Amino acid sequence: MSGHVVPVKTYLGIFVALLVLTALTTGVAFVDFGDIHTGIRLIEVIPLNTVVALAIAVVKMLLVILFFMHVKYSSSLTKIVVMTGFLFLAILVSFTLADELTRGWTPEAGGWNTALPTILPLLRSLF
Amino acid sequence: MSTTVIPELPGQEIPAESRVNYLNASYGVKSWLLTTDHKRIALLYLGSITLMFFVGGFFAVLMRLHLIEPQGALVAPETYNKLFTMHGVIMVFFFLVPSIPATLGNFLVPMMIGARDLAFPRLNLLSWYIYIIGAAFTLYAVISGGVDTGWTFYTPYSSTFSHTSVIPTALGVFITGFSSILTGLNFVVTIHKMRAPGLTWFRLPLFIWAMYATSIIFILGTPVIAITLFLLGLERLLHIGIFDPAIGGDPILFQHMFWFYSHPAVYIMILPGMGVMSELITCFSRKRIFGYTFVAFSSLAIAIISFLVWGHHMFVTGQSIYAGLIFSVLSFLVAIPSAVKVFNWTATLYKGSISYDAPMLYALGFIGLFTMGGLTGLFLASLATDVHLNGTYFIVAHFHYIMVGGAVMAYLGGIHFWWPKITGRMYPDGWARFAALVIFVGFNLTFFPQFVLGYLGMPRRYAVYPTEFQVLNVMSSAGASILGIGYLIPLIYLLWSIRYGPIAGPNPWGAKGLEWETPSPPPTENFEEIPVVTADAYDYANVGGSRV
Repeated sequence: MSGHVVPVKTYLGIFVALLVLTALTTGVAFVDFGDIHTGIRLIEVIPLNTVVALAIAVVKMLLVILFFMHVKYSSSLTKIVVMTGFLFLAILVSFTLADELTRGWTPEAGGWNTALPTILPLLRSLF
Repeated sequence: MSTTVIPELPGQEIPAESRVNYLNASYGVKSWLLTTDHKRIALLYLGSITLMFFVGGFFAVLMRLHLIEPQGALVAPETYNKLFTMHGVIMVFFFLVPSIPATLGNFLVPMMIGARDLAFPRLNLLSWYIYIIGAAFTLYAVISGGVDTGWTFYTPYSSTFSHTSVIPTALGVFITGFSSILTGLNFVVTIHKMRAPGLTWFRLPLFIWAMYATSIIFILGTPVIAITLFLLGLERLLHIGIFDPAIGGDPILFQHMFWFYSHPAVYIMILPGMGVMSELITCFSRKRIFGYTFVAFSSLAIAIISFLVWGHHMFVTGQSIYAGLIFSVLSFLVAIPSAVKVFNWTATLYKGSISYDAPMLYALGFIGLFTMGGLTGLFLASLATDVHLNGTYFIVAHFHYIMVGGAVMAYLGGIHFWWPKITGRMYPDGWARFAALVIFVGFNLTFFPQFVLGYLGMPRRYAVYPTEFQVLNVMSSAGASILGIGYLIPLIYLLWSIRYGPIAGPNPWGAKGLEWETPSPPPTENFEEIPVVTADAYDYANVGGSRV
């Protein structure tokens, strides 16, 4: 970040790109891309709409970090610090998924999602 | 840590009052509220968190009074729920988290590294204002009827089924989080960029390493609690399904996100205490720390591993047992760097020239109490024993041994150690030792019976209990009243000492470290000349380190 001057043109370009991507996010929300059925036990269904929305969001985030936050022009130390943030986000997501995706494996307990349709009518019948 | 500069201390012979220092450099409310001096901001924090400590302590006293009788002696069960919630929220977020970093850290980080201030002095002042705004929201919640979710804000207590002031309380915690982030950021930049010439990383006092590790957690963890509470607010206000299963959410997701911050936050509370410990143990045993690099890196190891263990809070809440297995193993791992520290402090004491001044009494208390708190944590990290102990008083006792027996003991030890530096005055040593003893006895009497109660199966957070638990509960309540008095004694004599205490001199303990090589209280700019460091930390072997 040490005194690097970014031309106004670049800022404007990024700003327009962000606006376009926002419009794109809104637009694709009206299109049903359907699901991918993987056949893998851990992740059986991937909703494509979520994947597309997240992909656009990631591009927007990268534009902000690299240009508006000047990380593209910063020292290696700053880049490492930024990447550490992502590493810890990855830890949060992956360990949470380690729970969410394997909850249904234990037949007795049942995952929350599998148990809910059974439990809710039972509870309703009680009251 | 010896230096080549300031051979004759300018304030050594002159009474503190006749010399310009950070306390008398300017007067008036404005000079305090608009100060950017890290030492004054430390004192602003000291006043604020002391107030919050006694507010939180007041709730604890009410709880313990209530539990003298099996059917509850004092308040309705709903009020009891609010008491333990407000006690937890205030003590965790408004006392323990900022306690050592914002007071001793703010005061000492620049002084220990030979700098004139933190890297961002105005950001530092802003962090105090943010803290005050957050505290105001939470105190408003107390006055407007309180909150009853427990300090963890677990859904659905805090979402579907709560009709108390969840939003103002959560908002208060959310806002205060930013004050932690700013403090952490300030410390990291300061430690990287503003060390005195010759002060290499491995010559830094271990307090600085501990503050650095704490700052990392502040920066990486605190945003997650902010996001979590923000999502909670969104769900309550806009009914977006995030944590409420009725509208497509998952309540355990809340626990994941909450503990991703709040478990590392436990280490935010204890790591600075460990930093204080390394300073106290070395000074009062007149020895170099045993295994400097191990102690330094164990702080970083704790900071990193602390982010990988949060699931041990959720073994019995519906988390997948497979995830539980991983979290259990990782939780055992975090015990290793903690044990490294305890063993190294003990090894430092070996053949040391030990003196039992008040700060050292707190330090020795810390070693014993923290060890008990840590070892009982291993019971809770084991999947099988946790099923029995989770949600009982065993947990309450365990984390109070860490938080109060560990963090608060270290905080008080640190305050007593650096009080002469902060104020330029000594406190009555006899009273200080007496208070340390009263606190140690009161603490153990309060919380040891709770281990037994929990093991016998008394659940936490209950306003009533079976009569067979009464004796242990009365013991615990008696201990709490002793502990309460123990905390009031230092408040009185420390305030007394500001006006009437004997002049301390620059280095009353004969301690090593740059902060002791400047007058007490220090001048606004800390050092007349920036010192040059030529030796390692804790160089007690050289030049005797005799006491003034």
